[in-house]
Order: sequence, then structure tokens, then C-alpha cells
Amino acid sequence: MKVLTVNFLTCAVKACKGTALSFPLHFRDAELVQQEMDFHPTFVRNVLLRVDWEGLKVTAAELGFTTLPAEKPEGEALDNEQLLKDLHTLLLETQVTEGKLVCGNCQHEYAIKEGIPNFLLPNHLGSAPKSEAAFVE
Amino acid sequence: MELPEASLHLPIPEAYEAEHVHHVYEQIAGHFSSTRYKPWPMVESFLKMQPDGSVGLDVGCGNGKYLTVNPKIFILGSDRSPALTKIASQHDHHSVVVADALLLPHPHSRFDFAISVAVIHHLSTASRRVMAIKTILDALKPSGNTSGMHGCLEKETKPGSGGRALIYVWALEQRGSRRGWDEGCEQDVMVPWVTKGEPNSAIHGTGNKSRKETGLKRRGKRYAPKDASQRTGREDSRSESEDMKSTVPPSTDRTEQEPSTEAIREFGTPKGGPSPDGREKSAEVTKTFQRYYHLYRSGELERDVVMAGGRVVDSGYERDNWWVIATRVIE
Ligand SMILES: [Zn+2]
Repeated sequence: MKVLTVNFLTCAVKACKGTALSFPLHFRDAELVQQEMDFHPTFVRNVLLRVDWEGLKVTAAELGFTTLPAEKPEGEALDNEQLLKDLHTLLLETQVTEGKLVCGNCQHEYAIKEGIPNFLLPNHLGSAPKSEAAFVE
Repeated sequence: MELPEASLHLPIPEAYEAEHVHHVYEQIAGHFSSTRYKPWPMVESFLKMQPDGSVGLDVGCGNGKYLTVNPKIFILGSDRSPALTKIASQHDHHSVVVADALLLPHPHSRFDFAISVAVIHHLSTASRRVMAIKTILDALKPSGNTSGMHGCLEKETKPGSGGRALIYVWALEQRGSRRGWDEGCEQDVMVPWVTKGEPNSAIHGTGNKSRKETGLKRRGKRYAPKDASQRTGREDSRSESEDMKSTVPPSTDRTEQEPSTEAIREFGTPKGGPSPDGREKSAEVTKTFQRYYHLYRSGELERDVVMAGGRVVDSGYERDNWWVIATRVIE
């Protein structure tokens, strides 16, 4: 999963949604790989408009990227191609392949395996297939 | 573990869907995915009209066939099936997560668009279907609040128009289809999916690449051709596999008659080894899975959207499916 992705994720537990502590989810034991992607400045600029910058700063710091500007780049700052490239690298090329995402509100851990986080909840936290037992004969 | 006796008679919706939807897709993922590679035109145009850099959801993304339609947008796909999600993750421009449509792990009001194609009709009660639609709508930027928080983007559709969701469900009214369902028929049905001697190939990630790369032969001809009197123009796009006659009534679709459907493939030798559910003998070649569907009546999808707090922007009928484009009404 991309760093960008976690900027659009929160806890699946209904009671957590909207709480300040449930966003962003926190990486734990994250294994990173860089995966080269085509660089499209316009795409990066426009996606940036949708990014929650405070959340991104938290995520980036947890992953060891500490050079993000304090404020979201806007206007002329976005003409800086190197800045866009750096954001491209962080948001789109940096992939978390293994590890966990942890909710700061309920502390529930969501496992990431082969780059895919799993948000299915155990019975006591929400839906979850109560009938799993039916398949085990 | 034991199930309470009562649950055998009065199924809990979650349990019922787990058995008759989730479990099935997990088992048929590889085969299902190999029949899914061409997007619906309507969904395709919806995705293509999203402005460059839009961020949206594909709830119930399956094998991720809609993830490739528009490379200028970012889609966060989700599916209840880990096996399908794994196939979808091959489209690495985007991201996918395993999640339940009723418990989406997304913040409210952040998304420019959402699609949910052939998913809501798998939920087994009206309130759960409405809840799923509400969950999708909640993720959208509300009307009247487009991009206020981060300044306006000139290519934004219309200021204040908010995010839009495109939702597709299977229609009850499809008298022209092979199934012949129509007004007055039972709306809650079980629909079979037939696999051919193929263990869960999703694990091996054959995905939607398998078609061209494996050169497997189509086997549709083996089945009797469909009774011509039942055909209508609407069925032009359907595949041979869907025309198979009814001893093994096949459906190779989450929505019927998806143009993407292709013939079931010939698998050289039936594979032995562990069967998907441990009940099947390895020598058996075909396996039929029953999936639960709620077939939507005319007007029902629009009603559900309104009940979910949404506003219907547009709606229609396409190839045995009802669709709606909805926005979220600001509270
Ligand atoms: Zn939580």
C-alpha cells in the first residue's frame, strides 16, 4: 500500500470514525519498498489538494521521512518540480508491504500482508462473519 | 465451535452473507476474475469524466477491472474477498484493501467519487442495503462543500456539487434474459456459479492476465446452444458460458450479462489436491456455488438512496441492471 493510501484510511470500528485519534492510522513494524511509478506533475498537484497534510506529516514522520514542509505547498510552491518529485516519491512510490496499521483510538491492529491491509473486524468489534464456524466441519 | 441452534433456522444476515456470498467469492475468485476484464461502458464513462487527480473509492472492487480505466485518478479499491483483493492489487497505480462494505475504513467527506458495481445486491436485508449505500455516501464530499477546505480546483466539476457515487445492482425486471425474471418474481434468489476443476487459483495470482497468457481454450461450444426464442437483443454481449443449459445453470457474474463475461476455460487436467472446501473429491470436475442476490425492483434503488440520505442525480437501466448516480445531501 502507498503512503497516499493511508491518508484516506481510518479505523473500521464505527465508534472510532470521526474521532481525532483514529486518523491517521499508525504504522507499526512497517517494511518499505520503493516502487518506481511514472511521474505526472499535474496528478501530484491535484492529488495534493485532497491530501490531509497534518495526517501526512504524522505518517511520513513515522516512516522516517522528516523533511516535509510544515504547511501544505500551494500556489507557486507547486511550480517547484523537485518538490513535486519528492512528494511523488513519498506518496506514490513508497510502498508498505508488511506490518500493521494501528488505531490510536481503540488500539486495534490491522495487519498488512503483501501490501494489502485487512480491515475485517473480529466479532466483538463489528460485523465479521459470525458464521465462520459453519464452514469448519 | 458450535453455532447456536436457533441460528440454523433464523440466519443472522452476516452469517448468511458469509456463507452465500463471501465464502463463495473466496472460492471462485480465480475463475471469477478470469472472466472479468472488460469494464461496463457506463462505469467506464463515469470514471473517465472524473477530473485529473480525483480520489475515489471502488467498493467491492473484485479483481479490480475498473482500476485501469482512468490512469489520471486515484482509486482506493476494497473488497470483502482477500483472494479477489490480491488479484486487484496487481494494478499498482492504485491501492486496495480488504474491507466490509458496511464497515469501510475511510474518513467521511474526503472522496470525489465512488463506484459500487454489483455489490449492494449481495446484502440480505433492506436495512443492510440502505446502510451500505449510506456508508458509501458518507465517504463522499458532501454537496455544497466541494473542495472548500483546500481551495478550489479549476477543473472541479461544479463548485458545490460534491462527490458522486455510481451504484449498480441487478434488476428483477429482466424478462429478456435467459433467466426470465420479471416483475412479480421472487426478489431474493440463489444464483449458481459453476467452476471447472480449478482450485482457488487466486492464490497463484492468475488474475485477469490468465486469459491471454495461458492460451486456454474456450469450451462454450460443448454446451447446447440457447433456445433462440429466449434471446433478445440485450443478450448480444453475453458469452457462451452463460448460455449453458440448465443442468448446470451457470452464472459467471456478479451482475448478469456483464459485457466482460467470457467463456469458461478448458483446464487441461482436473487438478487434484486439496479442494476449495474439503468436501469435493479431487476427481470431480465441476463445482457449483450458490450465491445470494436481492434483485432490485424498478424504483427500489432510488428509494434506498433517499433512505440512506442521498440525492439521486441520475438513474437508469442497463443490461439487466439498475444504476443510480447519487450525491450526499448535506445535513
Ligand atoms: Zn479504532
